[in-house]
Amino acid sequence: MTRVFSELTRRPLALFGLIAIVVVAGAALAAPLIAPFSPSDQMFDGLSLEGAPLPPSPKFLLGTDTLGRDLLTRLLFGARASLAIGLVANGTAVTIGLAVGLVAGYSRGVVGNVLMRFTDLMMAFPALLLAIVLAALLHPSLWIVALVIALVNWVQVARIVYTETRGLVERDFILAERSLGAGHFRIVAMHILPHLAPTAIVWGTLGIATTVLLEATLSFLGIGVQPPNPSWGNIIFESQSYFQAAPWLVFFPGAVILLTALAFNLVGDALRDILDPTQRGKM
Amino acid sequence: MLPRLLQSTALAGLLACSAFAARADTPAQGGTIVVTYKDDIATLDPAIGYDWQNWSIINSLFSRLVDYPPGTTKIEPSLAQSYDISPDGKTYTFKLMPGVKFTNGREVVASDVKYSIERAINPKTQGPGGGFFHSIVGSDKMLDSSATSVTGIEVVDDHTVRFQLVQPDATFLNVLALDFASVVPKEAVEAANGDFGKHPVGSGGFKLKEWVVGQRIVFERNPDHFRKGVPHVDGYTVEIGQEPLVALLRLQKGEVDIAGDGIPPAKYLEVKNSPDSADIIVDRPQLETSYVTLNTQVKPFDNLKVRQALNMAINKDRIVRIVNGRATPANQPLPPGIPGFDKDAKGYAYDVAKAKSLLAEAGYPDGFSTELYSTNTDPQPRIAQAIQQDLAAVGVKAEVKALAQANVIAAGGSPGQAPMVWSGGMAWIADFPDPSDFYGPILGCSGAVQGGWNWSWYCNKAIEPRATAADAVSDPAKAGERAEDWRKIFSDINADAPWIPVLNERRVVAKSKRMGGSDEIYIDPTRVIDYEAIYVKQ
Amino acid sequence: MVIMLGRRVLQAVLILLGVALVTFVLLYWLPADPARLIAGRNATAATVVTIRHELGLDQPLPVQFLHYVTGLLDGDLGRSYTQKTGVAGLIAARIPATLVLMAAGILVEVALGLTLGILAAVWRGGALDRSVMMLSFVGVSAPQFVVALLLLYIFAATLGWFPMSGFGSVRHVVLPALTLGILGAGWYARMVRSAMIEVLGQDYVRTARAKGLSGKRVLVRHALPNALLPIIAMIGIDIGQFMGGVVVVEAVYGWPGIGQLAWQAIQQVDIPIIMGVTLVSALAIILGNLLADVAAPFIDPRIRAR
Repeated sequence: MTRVFSELTRRPLALFGLIAIVVVAGAALAAPLIAPFSPSDQMFDGLSLEGAPLPPSPKFLLGTDTLGRDLLTRLLFGARASLAIGLVANGTAVTIGLAVGLVAGYSRGVVGNVLMRFTDLMMAFPALLLAIVLAALLHPSLWIVALVIALVNWVQVARIVYTETRGLVERDFILAERSLGAGHFRIVAMHILPHLAPTAIVWGTLGIATTVLLEATLSFLGIGVQPPNPSWGNIIFESQSYFQAAPWLVFFPGAVILLTALAFNLVGDALRDILDPTQRGKM
Repeated sequence: MLPRLLQSTALAGLLACSAFAARADTPAQGGTIVVTYKDDIATLDPAIGYDWQNWSIINSLFSRLVDYPPGTTKIEPSLAQSYDISPDGKTYTFKLMPGVKFTNGREVVASDVKYSIERAINPKTQGPGGGFFHSIVGSDKMLDSSATSVTGIEVVDDHTVRFQLVQPDATFLNVLALDFASVVPKEAVEAANGDFGKHPVGSGGFKLKEWVVGQRIVFERNPDHFRKGVPHVDGYTVEIGQEPLVALLRLQKGEVDIAGDGIPPAKYLEVKNSPDSADIIVDRPQLETSYVTLNTQVKPFDNLKVRQALNMAINKDRIVRIVNGRATPANQPLPPGIPGFDKDAKGYAYDVAKAKSLLAEAGYPDGFSTELYSTNTDPQPRIAQAIQQDLAAVGVKAEVKALAQANVIAAGGSPGQAPMVWSGGMAWIADFPDPSDFYGPILGCSGAVQGGWNWSWYCNKAIEPRATAADAVSDPAKAGERAEDWRKIFSDINADAPWIPVLNERRVVAKSKRMGGSDEIYIDPTRVIDYEAIYVKQ
Repeated sequence: MVIMLGRRVLQAVLILLGVALVTFVLLYWLPADPARLIAGRNATAATVVTIRHELGLDQPLPVQFLHYVTGLLDGDLGRSYTQKTGVAGLIAARIPATLVLMAAGILVEVALGLTLGILAAVWRGGALDRSVMMLSFVGVSAPQFVVALLLLYIFAATLGWFPMSGFGSVRHVVLPALTLGILGAGWYARMVRSAMIEVLGQDYVRTARAKGLSGKRVLVRHALPNALLPIIAMIGIDIGQFMGGVVVVEAVYGWPGIGQLAWQAIQQVDIPIIMGVTLVSALAIILGNLLADVAAPFIDPRIRAR
């Protein structure tokens, strides 16, 4: 563990990613302490006389939104919901997708077929409609959003992993292991899983960004973070048509989403290199 | 109600007349124009169409017994040459103009009028207009499917049709001027085999030329139209699926003549403050009130003091600023311009301290928690959040539930479900300029039912008979008296505070510089846009 | 192969039925009454009851579903509540535009993604690799609406190279396809890069290199096929997603695709349209995945078709 950590810190990119993650997570936790205002405070002087949002200024460091609220404060508080969604929902989706795709691709025949047809079914499932029904019936909560997002996203990971696994099991080294009598668990854990790591990292990290944005769509339909609570996604979503009149309202939240996803990717790539002996030293 | 933005006002009518006199440039004939909308045009069937996109299009394809001159709210004969009202106000006889033809070449006769109105009432048509004709004898039997025709509509001869009413109805001529009363040829309806909405045939100023589903609908002048010199443009094309931001951009580039969805909030200030704003913005009051309903059957809103306290808690000036000044604060249910509007009323002034003390008197010194429903299209969730913040200032924690419109309507109409609903985006806009339209369905007992539109669930037995009595005053000479009756009714309702009246919104439309005509025909009090009256400057 | 196809078609029908059933039940649960919405605010309770009866909404759920499925067998998707016309016609009118945008969007995605991904893998760790990586994150973090409008402002409104709105010519499709491509290419680029780097490190590739095969040959013969597998799977997914409609891009460019129809229908609880669009996109998803599965053995001959 210490070895992994010290290796991580020795790589400049990974170190940068690590620091970024710590900063974002710290900001989310400490939001009430460090935020200059209250996230839902619609300030009378936060709008121009005509009702336009204000650009960044010494008082409002990142400007204000269309209700006169401080954008910096909202980004700090929004980090809480968005990090939770990005990590929990997306993490769940990637884990389920990986498991289903792997089992289906490795165990050929009936099991694989049933699993993949189930994936087809879930992919064709009208998730948006489910979201709307849940929104109308249930109390909005982060957990429902996480559930819907996981439901939407795992199937794509499963498809990709399935196809890759199908290719992997036919490789010579797997066939060789098999003929040597290696157990399924050993083959999967030692030989297949490491080869799927790059895919998992790509989906796990790019997925953070898309998940954070998807949360906004779901909030719009009424099941996610409800107004006036901020999330990075709904900050962008609420103001995206203002991107010319008030570009800061799209640029800053977009930038933090990008930074967060990128940071996780840098750390993920580095971790993979460190943990996968066959890859060591090649990146 | 779908998002209807039909507005009408006697005040607007008055303004219209003076404005007409001021700039009476002669309309030019010819030219074709492009109009854009975001949503698809659902149907052009006059018995079914009831949203603010198709309302004005249908109006231009069909004609009715009576109609409003462009930009006004005064009724005039149209398909009818003349009409006669019996002294007891219960019999209306119309003489049809001879020689008027449908665009299929056949003459319009009295039996077409009977057929068309019965079709609008018939539940099998699945249209929203049937209820408007409730005054006609026998319409109730057709509405519940126990009869197949309406006994109160009588074809006297080919050019005479007579209506018998259950009781005098001051608004009956207005009802006959609604799109739902448009005259359609039976053979064309039957030939369309249920698809009349895509193959409309009427006798209006325009006719359908081409419909490319999902893309555009092209209309051309009806050369045989019975009103001379109408319409002015040779045709218009409605392009659908157009994002309002892009439509506005295309309008500024000259590709589009009317951006039907108006100017999106994000662009409003930029356009308003631009040098050509005067040429492209049409900005007029509409007969609309946006309000918050307080569910009088749910605790703690069953307490009058709570409802009054909440009325005092809302800072309407700040909400006006949030919508960039496109509205004025409201202090009563009726909007300015509707007969019965009380211009001296003060309503409930913004007073946080008094609101708090009223809440304390009602037994809620620390406030309470509740829910505020709103639709989810900009700017409604933002306004709901502004209301939420004002309520928090008096200790009331309201959770905003921003949902799709159909869900908000369902919640409002379910007993005991929605404590508060912000009406923005679904707000009440009059079908015709009359106060009765603001009572029955939204504040009367008949609307306070499962699936109804009275989301305050306010039902005052003392007011019901007064409303019925006021409605029966059909003598135009007593219009002032009737308006006074309604003024008192609404003043008493406001004392009960079933609503928080918040705003009277103005409508803003963008048109290209080449378009001519007064503002009133682009924001027509009864038609939305008057396609027959607009013209291209030469 | 033929047997496998036959079995998959049968399974597809079952999946479609399953999707139809789930959607039907969801819509039944949705607390919104279509009859009320149709009847309008002046309607009496009796009118609403009659309309509900006309639409068959007063029947028990199983009966309604059976009725719907029987209609499906005749190719009847029902009639729209709000538009009062056949759903099949409404959807059919929007299929051509949806197909065109799907094909063009995927083409741009794959072309951009493959090129950038290969370049990044070959010069991994270099400036180009870093830029591609940054760009892919910018692509997925940027809101679709903003990217679409920006392209429209620059290339249509200001430069005038392309029309601002509509459907019909090749010039119309460029900007919408470019928007989809820019937003989606990041995924492809990252996947291709990872897969290629993975292969380039394999023993057999190193052996091939050691045997003196040129870099280009190694790339084309060994690394690329391996990278293509996940790409094929992703194209299969995209076919399904794009066929369901891309609401935002369609809206900005006035593109008459299925997405706008679906979005409007959801807002208005127009059940027959929602059902129709769901089934069409489900069919596309099943076909897309089937194509991907069938194509895989041709790309990588080691996979035997099962």
